[in-house]
Amino acid sequence: MATARMNTHRIAIVGAGPAGVRCAETLVAAGFRPILIDENRRDGGQIYRRQPEGFTRSYATLYGTEADKARALHDSFDRLRPQIDYRPDTLVWNLTPGQLCCVSQGVHSTVEYDALILCTGATDRLMPVEGWQLGGTYSLGGAQIALKAQAVSIGHRVVFMGSGPLLYLVASQYVKAGASVAAVLDTSPLGHRLKALPKLMARPGLLFTGLKLLAQLYRAKIPVHLGISPLGVLGEASRGVSGVRVRRANGETLTVACDALALGYHLRPETQLADLAGCRLRFDEASSQWWLDTDAEGRTSVSGVYAAGDGAKVRGADAAEHAGRLVAMALLRDLQQPVEATHLADQQRALKVMDAFRLGLAEAFPWPAEQAGALPDEAIVCRCEMISAGELRRTVSEKGACEVNRAKAFSRVGMGRCQGRYCSQAGAEVIAAAAGIPVQEVGRQRGQAPVKPLSMLTREVTP
Amino acid sequence: MTVQRADVVIVGGGLMGSATAFFLRQRGQSVILLERDQVGQYASGVNFGNVRRQGRFLGQLELANRSWALWKRLPELIDDDLEFIASGHMRVCYREDEIAELQAYAAAPEAAQLDLQIYRGADLHERFPFLGKDVKGGSYAPHDGHANPRLAAPAFARAARRLGARIEERTEVAEVHKSGDGFGVTTTDGRQFSAAQLLITAGAWGEKLSAQFGEPVPLETNGPQMAVTEPVPYALPTVIGVYTKIPEEVIYFRQIPRGNIIIGGGYRSKPDMLNRRAYVEPRSILNQLEQMRRLVPGIDNLNIIRVWSGIEGYLSDALPVMGRSGNVDGLFYAFGFSGHGFQLGPGVGDVMAELISTGSTSTSIEPFSIRRFASSAEQRSKAS
Repeated sequence: MATARMNTHRIAIVGAGPAGVRCAETLVAAGFRPILIDENRRDGGQIYRRQPEGFTRSYATLYGTEADKARALHDSFDRLRPQIDYRPDTLVWNLTPGQLCCVSQGVHSTVEYDALILCTGATDRLMPVEGWQLGGTYSLGGAQIALKAQAVSIGHRVVFMGSGPLLYLVASQYVKAGASVAAVLDTSPLGHRLKALPKLMARPGLLFTGLKLLAQLYRAKIPVHLGISPLGVLGEASRGVSGVRVRRANGETLTVACDALALGYHLRPETQLADLAGCRLRFDEASSQWWLDTDAEGRTSVSGVYAAGDGAKVRGADAAEHAGRLVAMALLRDLQQPVEATHLADQQRALKVMDAFRLGLAEAFPWPAEQAGALPDEAIVCRCEMISAGELRRTVSEKGACEVNRAKAFSRVGMGRCQGRYCSQAGAEVIAAAAGIPVQEVGRQRGQAPVKPLSMLTREVTP
Repeated sequence: MTVQRADVVIVGGGLMGSATAFFLRQRGQSVILLERDQVGQYASGVNFGNVRRQGRFLGQLELANRSWALWKRLPELIDDDLEFIASGHMRVCYREDEIAELQAYAAAPEAAQLDLQIYRGADLHERFPFLGKDVKGGSYAPHDGHANPRLAAPAFARAARRLGARIEERTEVAEVHKSGDGFGVTTTDGRQFSAAQLLITAGAWGEKLSAQFGEPVPLETNGPQMAVTEPVPYALPTVIGVYTKIPEEVIYFRQIPRGNIIIGGGYRSKPDMLNRRAYVEPRSILNQLEQMRRLVPGIDNLNIIRVWSGIEGYLSDALPVMGRSGNVDGLFYAFGFSGHGFQLGPGVGDVMAELISTGSTSTSIEPFSIRRFASSAEQRSKAS
């Protein structure tokens, strides 16, 4: 019975980052051959993104403090590869119950599944600042991809602004790569971090790594300012970014000259596929954003659909590896397959620690919701459609649109190429502030296919 | 419990209900409009946005012409911009014998106001050089155009409200009954409304209410399939649609001045009526890509950035139910516009307001009477 099921049960994993790879590994160990679909050309996800074939930078250069973990994951994947159905460079752009719609190099195909495990990761969480539409403004993740995949810096003189661990990680990676970092500007004041220390002590090693990154920045004499308020990105449309202006914690205005800006406030989960599958989301108070509503092991509200990693719950790469193993075990148990109890308990214990730590991070580097309400009317909220905060506020005040999808229909915020990936959270904050209601009451932007833009050249090839 | 009274209660806040509320207020009638969700959320808000007269049932052109005259009075009429552009509409075909059909339509007396011009061969490809070589002919309607459906019903509802109409959103009707000289309406949250006259403009849900008054109609629900590309320079002002009898070949598109190209047509999906959501079928989008490459070969270097659907009501003969009830005095209907209601919206509002407040209308709407289904309904009930 068990063997028959193993041969016929089709398991699809979307995403080959830390969660997806560990999930596949656990399923392979149990005798399954999962399909692992990944949008990237190589495995590793965002954080452990592998350089293109033929590039020869060392692990230490590429991943710094995370080199060992990156190598371990890549090695695991290489061992796993012959035992899985791996489909790189493949975008899952839509799904229907039991079927994924994929496109790879312009060719469309479908993948039938009995169980689906979404390990779709996270992307930068962004808060607009006046002038952020100027050329030379990147997300922190984008700045990191430029370095890891293309071995280029986003500018000659780069400012890092925002908050969260990625701010320090990417800034130090740039320093290490020899790029010129003009400043690191963090919106979170020191006090928040001190208050969060007890929770952050859940993972002393990681806390130490964080302090080490900070020390590296100080050693390289990079100005680091805490508790700043962004005032604007300076520059002109034709020439791009020329500087960043902020108010320091002591009230002084500080202008830093630069030709590129990397911006980000930690991460937001990529939930579109789960949303299209009909999975329920819930509002997470600690991080003040919508997350997938899963149980502790990764089961979503839709039977047969599972999720792990930052796409389910933003807890970072280490937690993603544990969650990937755990979600595989949840599926195995749902299929009445044996699961090793100690292995299961190990993952649960590790994740408990990481849950405490992520609450600490949320406290130490809070999402600066108040910035949305303070944005000047002229500031662009939706960069794809170039819609300003003032235009969005008018849909609230003049048209009574106090719900995100309604405001989108009237104002176009979130209707562009990124489909709200970069602006919908900030847009929700602008709407909530204008309407004077809590952000969870304005709802969240519904996911719509395609998950990423779909080329009109896409063709169906009949086998 | 106080009962809210008005001359007219309208059930359903789509474009038909919102526009009727507006025109009733212009005629001095007091109006309460009840909308279960949000105004213009379903068929009215998600359709393609065609402000097209050509190709309609000839007996509907009088109504479409009345509506067109109102579209031309926007935005002044309601003090709001629905992004209406009379940019021309081109109905093209892939077969020579279909050109003859387009010609016959253009020659019909009912279509005189449309000033249709037939193009074929070299003339066609000179005038519309971007069309693929499979396109053999077309009928050009210079005065037709397109507008933004997301904005239309909410704008009419706001205009109606400014004139004094009561627009109650998130108000679901639980029960409707005829009481003496009027109608009583109870909502799911226990509120009560009454009016001498009742208008049902509940779109895909219209049949549920008409059936309660003994007038069931053969209505089925469909989800339109829409897609939009990223913006590119504005170069295709004419709305283009394919005239064909092969369902897969049905495709239409329009470009808006900000650059995006909106595409619709092909297979329809079955909406989830329980959760009131409709999804796009992946095969519809793939078919649209193929059909667009055939229709406009140069377009293939773009990306689709978003797709959407919605919930539309279709009658079995693809014509709406519009006019007075055949059974109940004071009861009126305007629903089931079968995927072609957007252009008619302002005209339907104007005509229904005229009919409700004066008892008659100068525009012929007889072909849309609910009585056309009465005999078959009686037969069904006798049989059962």
